[in-house]
Amino acid sequence: MNWLKRRVRPEQIRELSLLVLILAAIVFFGSFIDNYYSFRTFNRIASSVAIITVVAVGQTLVVLTRNIDLSVGSIVGFTAYFVGTLIASHNGINPILAVAIAIALGAALGVVNGVIVAWGKVPAVVVTLGTLAIYRGVLVDLSGAKTVTTDSLPQWLIDLPLVNVAPIGSLDIRALFMLALVIVVAFQIGTTYLSFARRFYAIGSNPEAAQLIGLPIKSVVFLAFVICGALSGLAGFMLLARFGNITVEAGRGLELSVVAAVVVGGVNVFGGSGTVTGAMLGAVMIGTLEQSLFRLGISEFWLDAVLGLLILLAVASDAVILQRLRQLWGGAELKLLAKETDSVSSGQSASPP
Amino acid sequence: MSAVGTLKSWEAMMLALLVVIIAFNSVGSPYFLSVGNFVNLFQLSIEKSIVALTMALVIIGGEIDLSVASVMGLAACVMAWTFHAGVPMPAAILAALGAGILAGLNNAFWIARVGLPSLAVTLAGLIGYRGVARILLEDRAIGGFPDWFNTIGQQALIGPLTAAIAIFFVLFIFFAIVLHGSAFGRLVYVVGSNAQAARYSGVRVGLVKAALFVGSAFVAALAGILYAARLGSVRGDMAEGFELDVITAVLLGGVSIFGGKGNLVGVGLALLVILNLRNGMGLADITGNTQNYVIGGLLILSVLIPNMWQELTNKWRGRET
Repeated sequence: MNWLKRRVRPEQIRELSLLVLILAAIVFFGSFIDNYYSFRTFNRIASSVAIITVVAVGQTLVVLTRNIDLSVGSIVGFTAYFVGTLIASHNGINPILAVAIAIALGAALGVVNGVIVAWGKVPAVVVTLGTLAIYRGVLVDLSGAKTVTTDSLPQWLIDLPLVNVAPIGSLDIRALFMLALVIVVAFQIGTTYLSFARRFYAIGSNPEAAQLIGLPIKSVVFLAFVICGALSGLAGFMLLARFGNITVEAGRGLELSVVAAVVVGGVNVFGGSGTVTGAMLGAVMIGTLEQSLFRLGISEFWLDAVLGLLILLAVASDAVILQRLRQLWGGAELKLLAKETDSVSSGQSASPP
Repeated sequence: MSAVGTLKSWEAMMLALLVVIIAFNSVGSPYFLSVGNFVNLFQLSIEKSIVALTMALVIIGGEIDLSVASVMGLAACVMAWTFHAGVPMPAAILAALGAGILAGLNNAFWIARVGLPSLAVTLAGLIGYRGVARILLEDRAIGGFPDWFNTIGQQALIGPLTAAIAIFFVLFIFFAIVLHGSAFGRLVYVVGSNAQAARYSGVRVGLVKAALFVGSAFVAALAGILYAARLGSVRGDMAEGFELDVITAVLLGGVSIFGGKGNLVGVGLALLVILNLRNGMGLADITGNTQNYVIGGLLILSVLIPNMWQELTNKWRGRET
């Protein structure tokens, strides 16, 4: 057991505790709902969390650096609407070009946030609360309150959410969920192994130390906002593909769901710890609860109340589990230390002359 | 000097902005400087102004309360539901205030006792309290309150002032005294600037935070009731999304999101700036949507411009010495 404890830190297995909570929730709901353990349940949860997950990955990077991006909902709506309008008027547009435009548009909005936060030294809450209103306002003014409708979109875009990229038996892995999964894996590997990406953690856990060792704090914070904007842009495209009908209200309030996923996923709101996998699990946790409560047949009016309670319990039990693990680890370390000094002292006394 | 200096210059800046806006508005519209317009301007978002007062205290205390708008909705729905069930109106109002206190105690328990981040707890509260409000009213709208209740919300009570405006001024003075003239107020600043240091010096940090969250929810419940009185009917989605406007006003008032800095005079001035700006733009036929992003821009510029100014003067001074 001790070798395990020496190799793994409690912070590294906090995702595991969340996974246990998700499994517990699934077993719990499975015992109440008929046909719960089916691929349909999986597909429903998967397609409902895909968009939130992509934005949550970007948000995680921003939160790691001790900032927050409240403007993501407006960025998602902005790109969904304008890329939708573009595709509606140019049906023959290359799909890859359309995605690239969505990402670029989102990144451009992220650049605005990033520049003002990093070089203008304005707190991120202030900046993104402002741009939340500004991006949405510009969208409403420029759109003239028109709507993107499904019948104006090309067939490939309407079919995209139903594309099955990896049929495993009757289990579908739909394109949008696969995309979210790829992004999570890529960013998880990146933030774990790239020394460049470790800077997000370094800056968030100790800004003074990061400054002293000469990390370019401003550029890293700027980059976090640009990536968050770019991923929100991609999520805007996914929203367009999933719903087809896009009004100027698209994505409103999404920032709260995303922050909820990140917080439930164990990303520390004071920066420096947490992973993108955790954020995804947070989104999956919330998605599982939402879908299961819906399937349980409880009135839609009860959904939010129960959801709020469960989010609270998830955050609380995650904190308690982590604390217990830390205590367990702390105890183990002390024992280990005691044993080492024991063996050293006994070795000395027993050593033959 | 510098901390006091920046605070003073912040209020000076807000005051200058306010004077410019008022001058501009009164030139632009002959109706602007009338008492009627002044009352209207206050009345239109008086509930947000009331909640901004306690939000300022919470943020100065180093925390945040995202659940205020949901508590407003919850209180109004509890009141409407109990009234609809045949309970007399005064008792229904007490029940609503009680619901607000319960919500505040719930927030306080998880934040002050368990030690979870307030962002997470009040985000859950934002979803959960709204949910309870929806359970009570489902998709109905309940109205038909007694005449005296609607009168409180809609008609002038003291001179030209409505009850809500009078309550705002009373609460403003009360919280200004609490924050700037009482021992508790000092504790709020101490806890907000460094909670750990406060704990080591024997401040009961948990108790201060608990008081802030219960106070915030109680005032939000009161504002929810006043909102119901003004509208004359209650729905489950009442006051949805107000939290962002409230936080915007507080931050525009020079309160630091990191806690420990800011004062109620700044918040009061920021409220006046927002109200006059919206009113002036409304009189000039500018849509509510454009108003929203002008205020968003103002929020960013109000911090950005002083920052850049300071950087410039620093550079200039550096060259001189």
